[in-house]
Amino acid sequence: MNEIEKNLLAEIADLHEIPEGAYSIRKDGKTAGRNSTADIQIVSKEDRDGIEIHIAPNTKKQSVHIPVILAESGIQETVYNEFFIGENADVVIIAGCGIHNCGNQKSSHSGVHTFYLGKNARVKYVEKHYGEGDGTGSRVMNPQTNVYLEEGASMEMDMSQIRGIDATNRDTKIHVGDRAEVILTERLLTDGTQSAESRVDIFLDGEDSSARILSRSVGQDESVQTFFPCMTGNAKCFGHVQCDSIIMGNAKISSIPAIRANSVDAQLVHEAAIGKIAGDQLLKLMTLGLTEEEAEEHILNGFLK
Amino acid sequence: MLKIENLQYSVAQDGKETGILRGIHLDIEDHRFIAVTGPNGGGKTTLAKCIMGLVEATSGSIRWNGTELCGMSITERAKLGVRYGFQQPPRFKGITVRDLLTVASGKKLSHSEECALLTRVGLCAKDYLEREVDTSLSGGEVKRIEIASVLAANAPLMIFDEPEAGIDLWSFSRLTETFGALRDRRDATILVISHQERILSMADQIVMVSNGLVSDIGTPEEILPKITGETVCFCKAMEKA
Repeated sequence: MNEIEKNLLAEIADLHEIPEGAYSIRKDGKTAGRNSTADIQIVSKEDRDGIEIHIAPNTKKQSVHIPVILAESGIQETVYNEFFIGENADVVIIAGCGIHNCGNQKSSHSGVHTFYLGKNARVKYVEKHYGEGDGTGSRVMNPQTNVYLEEGASMEMDMSQIRGIDATNRDTKIHVGDRAEVILTERLLTDGTQSAESRVDIFLDGEDSSARILSRSVGQDESVQTFFPCMTGNAKCFGHVQCDSIIMGNAKISSIPAIRANSVDAQLVHEAAIGKIAGDQLLKLMTLGLTEEEAEEHILNGFLK
Repeated sequence: MLKIENLQYSVAQDGKETGILRGIHLDIEDHRFIAVTGPNGGGKTTLAKCIMGLVEATSGSIRWNGTELCGMSITERAKLGVRYGFQQPPRFKGITVRDLLTVASGKKLSHSEECALLTRVGLCAKDYLEREVDTSLSGGEVKRIEIASVLAANAPLMIFDEPEAGIDLWSFSRLTETFGALRDRRDATILVISHQERILSMADQIVMVSNGLVSDIGTPEEILPKITGETVCFCKAMEKA
């Protein structure tokens, strides 16, 4: 791998060398490296582009890295990945996509990820989107994520995209079974003329299921963001949606949370707030010796942490 | 030394100029503990904010160790060692108490330094260092963290704007001990805007600010009887009646 590719891997997956354990690295539309372990099998899909990841029941304290990098300008791909997580497994899945586009053609990656979590399985899923390169070609990512949680399963999803991606259209659907739980954290910063749209639908189908969505975003310059987080309670359940955005420059942000109860025992809450950085926050940090620019950066870093 | 000369601050209201500070003169020797008191709306907070640069004085001079502060940015004043504790501190989503203390001190603090700072304001480090300084904290908790953020820099000039406001009685007793210890160290000049007799009585001098002017100045023995003896001491109309 060259330096650009190594840098992309470091940015999206904190990888500085080939990871231990199971991994599959995709580079410019092809597999650049893959390893399965006794408990985690990664195989190519036969009917279309993508991989299947099979995690055996009771697999504990293991991780899977599946980064995607696009370093050639002009690649446009849709990849279908399916994750089958066995009962009682407890694993970390680190995905992410990095695009380096120094050409004049559009580079785009659409990852369609489907997760099936067996009974009492636990997954922490980390997905980072990153873009760089000084070409005029745009960098586009349109991820679709579908999650099915069986009884007692839990999934913590941490998805972030900080600058670099010109257009993104994210679609996430999660079905939560009995006593299952999902915590979704989404962090986004757009600048320039970037646009981002994110739709999250969580269906709380099971008894005592629960879900939390925490969305934090910063819109700068002329960028445009739209959020549609929707929580549907179909049983005795608890759901909480919180969307916070900081608006700067001439950005436009729409935050449209929705909660739907189809059961008398559903307990659903949503909160949404959009506002600029408060003047007294900047002033406070300036009284501690930061310049106005440093204070602003500190506030944004904390907000998106 | 902090030397304030003919400090004025006025705002336009209904088409005419209203003087908030109307010519403040004040000389404060190094390492003195000064309490600033006076009626609401008299100009105390504006005076403090003018020193920090949060409000730019209309005219006059504020010299700190011979350096003119008027015209300087807030950041420049902070770098000269001026610190100000807000009466109503802002809250930050995502910024923890530890982050704030790190920025405030300008360096990474050791765990024992963090503990010592929070103990001085009556908070347990274990419970608070990782908490975000957001709306999940009560008004009193945020106020104590604010005081800790001022103490963190060991600055030579510290201004506290009603540090006791919003703090419960039990914690107030701890707070007065903290200010007492701060005074006894004699290594910083401290201005505390306060209405509390216990804070006023520990000051080297009490400065009375009313109607935009320093109306009286003296030791607690000289000033306190005037405040506690006369409930109408600031009101000319009521004094006449």
